[in-house]
Amino acid sequence: MFNSIRGRIIVILVLVGVSIGYLWNSGIKLGLDLQGGMHLALEVDDPESLMTPEATADAIDRIERILRTRIDAFGVEEPLVQKAGLYRLIVELPGIGLGDESRAKNLIQQAAFLEFKLVLSVTEFESALARIDRQIVGVLGVDSLRAFGRDTEGPNQDIQDLIFGGETADSSLADSTGVDEGAEAEDQSNNLRPFTSLLSSGDIEGAYLVATEDVEVATLFLALPEVQRALPRNVSVHWEADLLGLGQRTYRRLMVTEEDAFVTGDLLEDATAQRDPQFNQAQVNFQFNRAGGRRFSDFTTRHIGDFIAIVLDDEIVSAPVVQDRIGAQGVINMGNADMTEAADLALVLRAGALPAPLAIVEERTVGPSLGQDSVDRGQIAGLIGMVGVVLIMILYYRGAGVLAVMALGVYAVLVLGGLSAFNAVLTLPGIAGLILSVGMAVDANVLIFERIREELILGRATRTAVDEGFAHALSAIVDANITTLITALILFQFGTGPVKGFAVTLSIGIAASFFSALYVTRTFYLIYLSGKKASDPISI
Amino acid sequence: MRLFDQAKYPLIRMRHRAYGFSAALILAGIGWMIFNIVSIGSWQEYGVDFTGGSLIQVRFQQTATAAQLRAALGGSQAPPITRFGEENEFTIRAPLAGDDVETVRVGIQDQLQTAFGNDAFTILRTETVSPKVGEELERNALLAILYSFVLTLIYIAFRFELRFGLAAVIATAHDILITLGFLAIFRVEIALPTVAAILTIVGYSLNDTIVVFDRVRENLHAKGGRREDPKELINRSINETLPRTVLTSGTTLAVLGALLVVGGAVIRDFTMVLILGVAVGTYSSIFVASPALLEIQKRFGDGSANRERRKKRGAKATA
Repeated sequence: MFNSIRGRIIVILVLVGVSIGYLWNSGIKLGLDLQGGMHLALEVDDPESLMTPEATADAIDRIERILRTRIDAFGVEEPLVQKAGLYRLIVELPGIGLGDESRAKNLIQQAAFLEFKLVLSVTEFESALARIDRQIVGVLGVDSLRAFGRDTEGPNQDIQDLIFGGETADSSLADSTGVDEGAEAEDQSNNLRPFTSLLSSGDIEGAYLVATEDVEVATLFLALPEVQRALPRNVSVHWEADLLGLGQRTYRRLMVTEEDAFVTGDLLEDATAQRDPQFNQAQVNFQFNRAGGRRFSDFTTRHIGDFIAIVLDDEIVSAPVVQDRIGAQGVINMGNADMTEAADLALVLRAGALPAPLAIVEERTVGPSLGQDSVDRGQIAGLIGMVGVVLIMILYYRGAGVLAVMALGVYAVLVLGGLSAFNAVLTLPGIAGLILSVGMAVDANVLIFERIREELILGRATRTAVDEGFAHALSAIVDANITTLITALILFQFGTGPVKGFAVTLSIGIAASFFSALYVTRTFYLIYLSGKKASDPISI
Repeated sequence: MRLFDQAKYPLIRMRHRAYGFSAALILAGIGWMIFNIVSIGSWQEYGVDFTGGSLIQVRFQQTATAAQLRAALGGSQAPPITRFGEENEFTIRAPLAGDDVETVRVGIQDQLQTAFGNDAFTILRTETVSPKVGEELERNALLAILYSFVLTLIYIAFRFELRFGLAAVIATAHDILITLGFLAIFRVEIALPTVAAILTIVGYSLNDTIVVFDRVRENLHAKGGRREDPKELINRSINETLPRTVLTSGTTLAVLGALLVVGGAVIRDFTMVLILGVAVGTYSSIFVASPALLEIQKRFGDGSANRERRKKRGAKATA
């Protein structure tokens, strides 16, 4: 039935109908470069290659699942989380513009490692202070400390004095021990208190206060491996996330906690954002699973009256005092944060912590206006190109040209329907590929028509000439299309993002042009010839 | 109407002139690549996709000049600024400072905001690529070209004969070399779409060559084809396919021309590479691919000796 005229018409109509149906229902998905949005390529952040390839691949697998949960809840339409190879993740967020990108990136990159630690008294830490100061002086040297002092000069105090212990300390020490020059120099370096001088006693037991402008230097000191080793056993220090205003100045709390957490976020079952009805502040309510709840209530029973630090990615988000035994539920007070932040925190807590930190290796963000601009321009270019092709074909081939143009119309519908049916993503290079494939679709027709003309010149009867024309052009069309298809498939294999889109568009275009030239044009020819005698002249 | 009807141009006889022309183009391109290596440190002007770094595309509400931007971004220390299509659109390429590309970009944004105010411009597009991704891209592009050569060679050797495949690959390599030469001379920025364009040229050039070769194959298999002087046969085949070659290239160029004129700045380089590739591909299918076929045949025979031997062996086996 595929060879009778009626059968052929039915096949073509069905395909066109299906294409239009797909287009009507699902449309064509536009790439991020056309609709605007953010494209990220992420890898495990491991610059010194400390992880084995297997561990990295495993981490990526787990991260993929976690990110999918996080992003699904983020509220973007049709987001994409996909592995590219073993060690890379692609995240695409359509519609994320240049305003929301930092929020989106934060949501993706945040480790969301939640720990609950007991806050200790600062007395546990006091004994180590002298040792820490000595280590800092030893590692950085007096000169670079001076340089630091100049670099971070604060507005209210001479930082240099702060770091070097101030005049009073200096002079009193020089008085008591100053014998000869060398000893004095050594004493000076011995008695510098670069770290301790940054600390003021805190408002609560277990916390020091550090002026906001000194936080950077103090963090730098604390990060030194020598300082980490000098900390007392099973003690760690964490910054509080929020600032504390006292009089004219702002401070951050540096809290002394047990090193080991008694519960961590992996035992969480749920987390939701809420507005605290009493103080109208954002907060996150969380709920532990059975094991976590038991551990939490055991611990809090033993520590009524103590402070607990809720540590998120090494920073303390809140440090409540234990009023009573706490069961499986708790609250993180977010202070002055807005509800979006609370919602994001609840979301990342629910989705779970990332097993390894993520680095962004590629980021592309296209604003929606630029994308729309490209679509508009592509449409105009496509339209002008089509009109040009139509004119050339009809002027050159007359009646046959009209048939070819009709076949080209079918081709256009099939390509667009094919894009929709295969869920292909149309990118900017994809539009170019589409327009290029129009040129190639014409090529097949040109091959056939030229061949028919040649056969007619050789003196064959019209119908024979048409048959021969199609038959002889076949091998050239097949070989030419297949080689182009080979390059398109290779592009698909090696390309990323827009290039891949281009390869898909080109492949679908080639398949459609193949069909339209050999089947559709042929059918139109059969209809055209059906009313004629075998030797009647045709317009070509 | 029929262009080049019954054409009988002595195209094959012009092949030596064509060799000279091609060689001149290729040498000029290679010369320029060397010049580029000396002057800008790289044989092509690579974009951030390859080198790594950040790119910011901004559109100003009011007319702005590159000089104004340069002043706002630190005068002589400013990153490269290029006008991009429209009057008020610019791209700013921020080099990599250490590992943190993000900081560089935010810095530029802030500097522009202080100089021009918050509402004076919109950021249309930002790209940030780590050098590692760029290296991968370059390797993948080279591999893609290599694989497409190998696969098409195999396909053509299978569908035609090996010498057709070799000639097609030579013609395609010729097209890529000339295109790369033009890119080097005009310092077109090599970005992701440019790579796609170059690979499309591979496809198009093969497409064109194969149509001519298909006719050669047909004429060869026709009665008396093997006895005809190969030079004459190939020349006749080119002439017979000339109308098609010209018409198809014409329509394709018409479409690409439309894309170049109204397609916008984002796609301009891409379209230009394609137009160049189509032009060069058409030229090479006539003046390079077919002569290459002839030269291979002259030096290594047309495979008929092998066929004879095989035939003899077959005859012996049946006897």
